[in-house]
Amino acid sequence: MKGATIVLSARRQDVLASLFRSSPFLIGLIIVAFWVICALFGSHIVPYDPYAEDILNALTPPSIEHWFGSDQLGRDIFSRVIVGSRDILTVAPLATILAICVGTVLGLLTGYFRGIVDDLISRLIEAKMAIPSIIIALLAITALGTSKMTVVIIIGLSFGTVVARTVRSAVLSERDLEYVAAAKLRRESAVHIMFIEILPNILSPILVESTVRLGYAIFAVATLSFIGFGLQPPSPDWGLAISTNYAMVSGGYWWTVLFDALAIASLVIGVNLIADGLHGALDD
Amino acid sequence: MGRSMTEPALCLNHLSVAYRSGGRDRAVLRDISLKIAPGEAYGLVGESGCGKSTVALTVVRYLPRNGKVTGGSVALDGADVMRLGPEALRDLRAKKVSMVYQDPGRALNPSLKVGRQLVEVFEAVGVPPAEREPRALETLKKVRITDPGSVMQRYPHQLSGGMQQRVLIAMALASDPAMLILDEPTTGLDATVQADVLDLITDLRRELGASILFISHNLAVVAQMCDRVGVLYAGMLVEEGRTREILASPRHPYTVALLRCLPRGAQQKDVGRLDTIPGFLPTPGALMSGCPFAERCALADDRCRTEVPELRESGDRLVRCHYPERAADVPRSTPADVAVPKPAGVGAPVLRASNLSKTYGQGGGAIRVVADVSLSLLPGETLGLVGESGSGKTTLARMLLGLVPPDPGGLIELDGKALAASLDRRRDEEVKAMQIIFQNPDSALNRSHTVGHIIGRALRRLGGLRGADLDSRLDTLVAAVRLAPRYLALRPRQLSGGLKQRVAIARSFAGDPRVVVCDEPTSALDVSVQAAILNLLAELQAARAVSYIFISHDLGVVRYLSDRIAVLYLGRIIEIGPSERLFEGPNHPYTEALLSAVPNIEGAQNARIRLSGEIPSAANPPRGCVFQNRCPRKLGAICETSDPPLAEAEPGHLISCHIYEQQFLGAAEIQGQRRRTHDRKAEGV
Repeated sequence: MKGATIVLSARRQDVLASLFRSSPFLIGLIIVAFWVICALFGSHIVPYDPYAEDILNALTPPSIEHWFGSDQLGRDIFSRVIVGSRDILTVAPLATILAICVGTVLGLLTGYFRGIVDDLISRLIEAKMAIPSIIIALLAITALGTSKMTVVIIIGLSFGTVVARTVRSAVLSERDLEYVAAAKLRRESAVHIMFIEILPNILSPILVESTVRLGYAIFAVATLSFIGFGLQPPSPDWGLAISTNYAMVSGGYWWTVLFDALAIASLVIGVNLIADGLHGALDD
Repeated sequence: MGRSMTEPALCLNHLSVAYRSGGRDRAVLRDISLKIAPGEAYGLVGESGCGKSTVALTVVRYLPRNGKVTGGSVALDGADVMRLGPEALRDLRAKKVSMVYQDPGRALNPSLKVGRQLVEVFEAVGVPPAEREPRALETLKKVRITDPGSVMQRYPHQLSGGMQQRVLIAMALASDPAMLILDEPTTGLDATVQADVLDLITDLRRELGASILFISHNLAVVAQMCDRVGVLYAGMLVEEGRTREILASPRHPYTVALLRCLPRGAQQKDVGRLDTIPGFLPTPGALMSGCPFAERCALADDRCRTEVPELRESGDRLVRCHYPERAADVPRSTPADVAVPKPAGVGAPVLRASNLSKTYGQGGGAIRVVADVSLSLLPGETLGLVGESGSGKTTLARMLLGLVPPDPGGLIELDGKALAASLDRRRDEEVKAMQIIFQNPDSALNRSHTVGHIIGRALRRLGGLRGADLDSRLDTLVAAVRLAPRYLALRPRQLSGGLKQRVAIARSFAGDPRVVVCDEPTSALDVSVQAAILNLLAELQAARAVSYIFISHDLGVVRYLSDRIAVLYLGRIIEIGPSERLFEGPNHPYTEALLSAVPNIEGAQNARIRLSGEIPSAANPPRGCVFQNRCPRKLGAICETSDPPLAEAEPGHLISCHIYEQQFLGAAEIQGQRRRTHDRKAEGV
């Protein structure tokens, strides 16, 4: 994809300049960068081993020793929240990358060929969208078993259909431009026209879509973990933590849930702020 | 005209305007002074980027946020516009000055009915509610809209471009303004519609006595409409005076050069080349140590490069040039003589199309965009295709190229061999032989690819070249279209419009085509750039014996380049013939109207033939002759019942009209009658 990198470098200066003038983007970037650093180096900086149980100090409220308190097995919640970013920040981006690849290919095919290809694939996509994703996810997980890879594939394929629609509409506005007709008059193959001629020109919407999808993917991973079909114990994953502890909120142990929930919210907001900033900068 | 004659309607006094971009103020207007008297029409001409529209925006203080007035003042009807408070400014915009912009489709709100939008204008002016609607109807009548009641009930998209522009003019007139600013009001309209709108503006001027600031890139339109004209170059007024005098004997080298770029009258590619202006317009904000035109002026000397000339009186006008008396002798930058004689019109036709039709949709909603068109093209010949929007020019071209399959029954032959309808089923050689230059180079060139990649890829695919062969061919081709090699590394967005079109031309010539379709290749370009592109096309044709199908709405351009011209109306060829014959007549009544609609630079009034009504929809063409419902020379019932065939009015000149059919058939009919009497006699015997 040489053309793709070239176009990015050509516009890089304009886009970067307007990105760094956009405060939503900068705030989003700081939040996401914080969690990425936690994911990479979290295990070295946290005060406690996130897996170490300490039954005698179970369910202690936030204090100087345990900033976010401890859970029912006495594990330090602060350490778990910090380290818990790792799983979600591997699974969600991988799922998003898969979704973008699948969606881009499907979108190019349907948008460029139209006709029977479009009718067939688009109706299948719509049929898929008519079924609630959660049901598809549950069926797939029961069939394939729970693993990180299953979660990546399920979210990736399921989001791929959404990406395909965005890409398709971008392709539709490009395919009737004269440079495509000129390529046909050079006898270029359909693959060449789709990937070398059209794709570089629709990278902006794809980039924006991918950040938006990443936000949703984080949400989806957390949801799957919450209903027990995503990451499995003893992972310090946020969704999983909320799932195991939420019953205790009514008992007054609010700290066992609050900080994980805030972590999810902040990451999703951060990613969405980046998406917003990108959209503004690329939409010129 | 009760205003004092001493007070100008608009007065710009040493006005300078700059736009802030990249952290720097860039001057776009420099020291402009002009006065428009009450009731006067003043034309402001210049190429794109010279600051015409900025003048219009400054007058009503509509400058964008990054624009500011850096010096001088604007007085509208005596009031200093720059010093007005918000309330007074609103009042001024509502009551004293009105603007009409280029694109009427975008100036109207698409989701409100026309009537509602008109009534709003009267509300802004302060007309009591009960009177608004009657006043709106009255204004619509004033702009010659028949049946204003029903137009009020329609949405903008239900009106044609010409009607939309009339509605906008009606809105502009609502406040009975002292000053009317028309910013390219007819650009983008078809020739006959443009003529209509210009007639309307002329009439209204007589009735209302408003002053007009008429901004246009089209010198001929300004010649027709304006008393005085100012020529803008790089944000400076370089020449100003009475329109007729300036256009007849310009004194600034830029005006001289600009006028020479226009294809005029009988000038044709095999008789002489158009002149061009070398170099480029200075970028906005460039520092000027001397005359802004010095770099492109053949007369420039050291004084021109170091000393900015003042706008000085020179005889009957103002000129910003150190040597106005020498301007008329400024040497041409492109020699007029043609090196190679024209090779056109020899041998068998390279391309022949018969009975091509294209129908979109089915059943009752079917639209026949092209109907039964036949034409042929000789090697090295240019066939001009002329017609207004919706006449099917572009669809016809795309059918020939194979981009749009024609309806069954049509036949396209290349060198006598039938071509497949669709591009996919044509052989490589056949695809290579026919290429196209599109109208808009912005969308015709892939914006992610470099110029080198775009032309190189074409050479690879169409020329079958690789490696060193490709490189050397690339260099020759790039030189042939006069592109500097340094542009190869750039992307289209970094090039000017003219350079982009050169890249597109190079691409279309990569495979040594036999036929190149030129689809309005210069309509997006300035006059001086257009001249260079037309010359280039003429040169390439002379050197390579390529045939052109040249589509344009600009008759002057078509005439310069074409050997034969076909006129399309509602998807049918209604007249086809040698270029010079077509301009001299006899013509189809539609061609007559089209020819008379084109304003000419001499400002002389053509014998006007104005068409009534609008071009009918292709979905519902009139019965009989397609032109009968608008034809000023309609014969009668025969026009409504039978579609006239293309008949030869003179050798090689075919016209589809009953008038000529009867003249032509006259002789044949007499012969036929004789034969019949003869037969009867034979029977009797």
